Amino acid sequence: MTQENDIILQVEGLKAYYQMNYFGVNREVRAVDDITMTMRKNEVYGIAGESSSGKTSFIKVLAAAIRPPLRVVEGTVKYNFKNGPIDVTTASPEQIETVRWKHLSYIMQGSMSVLNPVRRIGRTFQDFAQRPLGLSGRAFEDRVVKHLARLNLPADVLKAYPHELSGGMRQRVTIGLATVCHPEFIIADEPTTALDVVVQKEVLSLIRDIQKEMGASVVFVTHDMSVHANVADRVGIIYAGRLVEEGPTRQMFFTPKHPYTAHLVASLPRIGDTQQRPALEGRPPNLADPPQGCRFHPRCPLAVDKCRKEVPPMIEVAPGQRSACWRWEDVKPLVNIAAPAGAMA
Amino acid sequence: MTTLLDVRNVSKRFTMGGIFGRKTIDAVMDASFSLSSENPEIFTIIGESGSGKTTLARMILGLEDPTEGDILFRGEKVDRHAGRAERLKFMSRVQPVFQNPFEAFNPLKEIERYLESTARRFLGTSDKAAIDKAMDDSLQKVGLSLKEVRGRFPHEMSGGQLQRCAIARALIPNPPLLIADEPVSMVDASLRMSIVNLLKSLRDDLKVSVIYITHDLATAYYISNRLIIMQRGRIVEMGDARTVLDNPEHAYSRLLKASVLSTDHAGAGKLETDPGMLDLANDSVGRAGELVARPDGRHVRVYA
Ligand SMILES: Nc1ncnc2c1ncn2[C@@H]1O[C@H](COP(=O)(O)OP(=O)(O)OP(=O)(O)O)[C@@H](O)[C@H]1O
Ligand SMILES: Nc1ncnc2c1ncn2[C@@H]1O[C@H](COP(=O)(O)OP(=O)(O)OP(=O)(O)O)[C@@H](O)[C@H]1O
Ligand code: SF4
Ligand SMILES: [Mg+2]
Ligand SMILES: [Mg+2]
Repeated sequence: MTQENDIILQVEGLKAYYQMNYFGVNREVRAVDDITMTMRKNEVYGIAGESSSGKTSFIKVLAAAIRPPLRVVEGTVKYNFKNGPIDVTTASPEQIETVRWKHLSYIMQGSMSVLNPVRRIGRTFQDFAQRPLGLSGRAFEDRVVKHLARLNLPADVLKAYPHELSGGMRQRVTIGLATVCHPEFIIADEPTTALDVVVQKEVLSLIRDIQKEMGASVVFVTHDMSVHANVADRVGIIYAGRLVEEGPTRQMFFTPKHPYTAHLVASLPRIGDTQQRPALEGRPPNLADPPQGCRFHPRCPLAVDKCRKEVPPMIEVAPGQRSACWRWEDVKPLVNIAAPAGAMA
Repeated sequence: MTTLLDVRNVSKRFTMGGIFGRKTIDAVMDASFSLSSENPEIFTIIGESGSGKTTLARMILGLEDPTEGDILFRGEKVDRHAGRAERLKFMSRVQPVFQNPFEAFNPLKEIERYLESTARRFLGTSDKAAIDKAMDDSLQKVGLSLKEVRGRFPHEMSGGQLQRCAIARALIPNPPLLIADEPVSMVDASLRMSIVNLLKSLRDDLKVSVIYITHDLATAYYISNRLIIMQRGRIVEMGDARTVLDNPEHAYSRLLKASVLSTDHAGAGKLETDPGMLDLANDSVGRAGELVARPDGRHVRVYA
């Protein structure tokens, strides 16, 4: 049973929209539309979903990186940090400063964005990490160098400018920045997409190790379902701004209860594929004018009349597994993944 | 047979640092390969992070001078310092799609401006309707439209949308060679397949050759004709993509294939790498060795 004090993050009824005004015309993109979820301390939560479904927008809110035109319209995002509880949707910038890096760190999508192009990497580490770590001079440098070594980066990168590093090296530098202070809660947006598979594995192990050592919690977004399969304790699937299913990783892969999840876990291409895997029909939904009822209905192979009219609620469909689908009982895994013996138990 | 692109013994050495003391990095060492004009192909480069893939691409694009060796496009030397008109002609034939769409676009400019300036530059017209049509045509090829993009800034798009815009921009001058540096790393599996299929149809229908840089071995297998695998600046294996990936020979190639994560044991957290394989692969680092031909047509680097 989950204890109240085990909970590190509680998101309730979160709605965050991009509200813009172009030459007098208002436009609203409902990127996060009524998401409720909870995370326990020590947990690794993976978020998947198609491009532009609102994953980055959602974790921007979690990371307290909410900037106009993105606005939290409704709901709360409460953390229970060691230095006290905080709701990042209402906290002041000063309050957020007290948790950033040391308690809450955020690895953004597109690794360059946090690296200042005219500052050497070493200086950026000083800017971000020196104060929270409370170290200086040699001790600080030793700590950073040791940490970088775990990411397979030589000490020389500290002397380099961002443009002198390869894409994957920059990505590892940002992971280094976000983890060097051993924060309680790490948020990562596509943290390993620019890495080769050998280094990717090492970096994922590192994130897992830090998480275990420090009892940290991690929420990460990636398109790569095989990363979720091997790193996440639980996986949440976002479709058109809504969480449509979540549950323990193994259940999500082997017994998905939402047709979109079933599609996603089967869509991963494998070495040896000479033919395309079945793609989803139709176009991704427009978040400025999302479909009525279940947002997946225009593309759903199981859709019935009810789906076009009524929004399916998120309900528990198996222990720890919630799905928002009227026909969850009819969802069959589109398996191309061979479930190992005992996997369904 | 005429060659479209000829990369001849190309090396690139960077010098880094100033006050902290100089340090040199051999980003690319003695790379050679060529693409023919008659048989457009998807030529894939995979390999270690930091192994010189982007550097090689930048040299082919004439954005960086090789330290040694030559790169010839249709028999003419790629020259960063050629005259303006000549550079422009070259650039309309060899178009890039870069690794990170967030870096490729100026955050302060609307996306269509970027497409528009490409269209204006390469189509040699300032006719608004013609430019709009060219932009819309190439956006349609990547599953977007001018209507959807108009008036939007890069930060208003998701990573996947932005990457498709970058490909659309590169397609505007109808180039015979496209250099796509990790064009799909930021998009989901279905979109990834649609972009990869787009590259395939560019090759098959429009006879465009594509240099495809990726970390995704599955799509590399799916679309490539030939591929090279790079480790620390050196090509360690080269040949028919399926021959190599079905049965990689070089220790690094084998490690690469073995490290691909699978979903078969979802939830079990399998992240270990076989230390023996790792040692074997690391063993070749820093050694020159020699690329030798194998009976099945591949080339593999071997060490005396
Ligand atoms: N600053 C912004 N202003 C307006 N709209 C935005 C902004 N940022 C994102 N959007 C829109 O919000 C929607 C969700 O975008 P988001 O970046 O959250 O998607 P994502 O799931 O992270 O996609 P990807 O996997 O491609 O990165 C998209 O339709 C996008 O165009
Ligand atoms: N402008 C530069 N100045 C100094 N060193 C550089 C420069 N550009 C690249 N390098 C170095 O050259 C090496 C190769 O970098 P490159 O970007 O070509 O790698 P890559 O194979 O594309 O890696 P990734 O898969 O991570 O993108 C790296 O060690 C990098 O630090
Ligand atoms: S509610 Fe209906 S449309 Fe939505 S996923 Fe379930 S079956 Fe498909
Ligand atoms: Mg995103
Ligand atoms: Mg690169």
